Amino acid sequence: MGESTVELAHLIAGIQSITVIAAAGLIAIAALGTALSFGMLGGKFLESIARQPELAPMLTMRMFVMAGLIDAFAAISVATGLLLVFGSNPFLAAVLNAATKVS
Amino acid sequence: MTTNFLHPATSGEYIQHHLEYLQLNLRTFTMGDGGFWTLNLDTLALTIIFGGLFFGIFRFVVTRLSSEVPGKLQNAVEMTIEFVQQLVKEVFHGKSTLIAPLALTIFVWIFSLNMLDLIPVDLFSRILFCFGISHFRPVPTDDPNFTFALSLSVFILIVFYNLKAKGFRGFAKEMLTVPFGKWLFPLNVTFRLIEELVKPVSLSLRLFGNMFAGELIFLLIATMPWWIQWTAGGIWSIFHILVITIQAFVFMMLTIIYLSMAHE
Repeated sequence: MGESTVELAHLIAGIQSITVIAAAGLIAIAALGTALSFGMLGGKFLESIARQPELAPMLTMRMFVMAGLIDAFAAISVATGLLLVFGSNPFLAAVLNAATKVS
Repeated sequence: MTTNFLHPATSGEYIQHHLEYLQLNLRTFTMGDGGFWTLNLDTLALTIIFGGLFFGIFRFVVTRLSSEVPGKLQNAVEMTIEFVQQLVKEVFHGKSTLIAPLALTIFVWIFSLNMLDLIPVDLFSRILFCFGISHFRPVPTDDPNFTFALSLSVFILIVFYNLKAKGFRGFAKEMLTVPFGKWLFPLNVTFRLIEELVKPVSLSLRLFGNMFAGELIFLLIATMPWWIQWTAGGIWSIFHILVITIQAFVFMMLTIIYLSMAHE
């Protein structure tokens, strides 16, 4: 009994640590990607406004369209990461289900 | 199902509870998940109510236009319509009586549904909990069923306009020969299929992902201690107003762009 509990604890700890790293990766890489691309987008936007200030309203609108496109996949990735940490973790649930079936 | 709504044990449980839909199983007509045959009642009710509100308000304004001193409501409606009309004129050069109204509907509808994200996360569910309804999700646009329904309708329109503008033969010819010429037609067809199928998927996942992330972060803020909630919630709400508008705008803009691409 005691030995199997320890084994189960090891399994859960393993899954949790891997999940934390995965969630951190999901959030961090999404942040990195959007940060870089927003930098590029904003930089080019300012550059082109400096070159042709009369195009500013049109460019602002197009920049926001692009911002929406960039934002989307980062948001999906962040949501997945947060769900893994704070919501349900399907991998952990699978192990716990198997453990209850065995015991 | 009894849930301890007022005193959830952990923040995970609280979030889990708030991420469940009010579902009707169509096989047995009981509440709960029924696999494929499930209606998400909260999404349906809110989308229908807000669609009705949109049509009602716009129709109310349009039927009693005044050319003297327009009221605030009339100004707002005129500004929205002119804004969308301008965008459609810029992008789409053919003649169509459908695209501008479609764009206006998509923009106002998604915008108003997204706006529901800004009301406090517990407000609706707490009120409905008093009437015995245990699950309610207040933002329809973070239901993938709704966003996929929207984007699949747009996809059907894209195919329809492709066929209408080019005829069946022209469409088939374009699919077979466009990027690489006629000898590489399997590659052309594959590329074209991927290109077309990515459109509805990315369109709906973009809206869904943004709104879902927003809702989830609001839920996380709700699990914080009360003295920090005001600051964190305020900051995120202000940022989220931008996201809400941009996502409604991007959905509309991409619909216009895709449909005008189908026309050319």
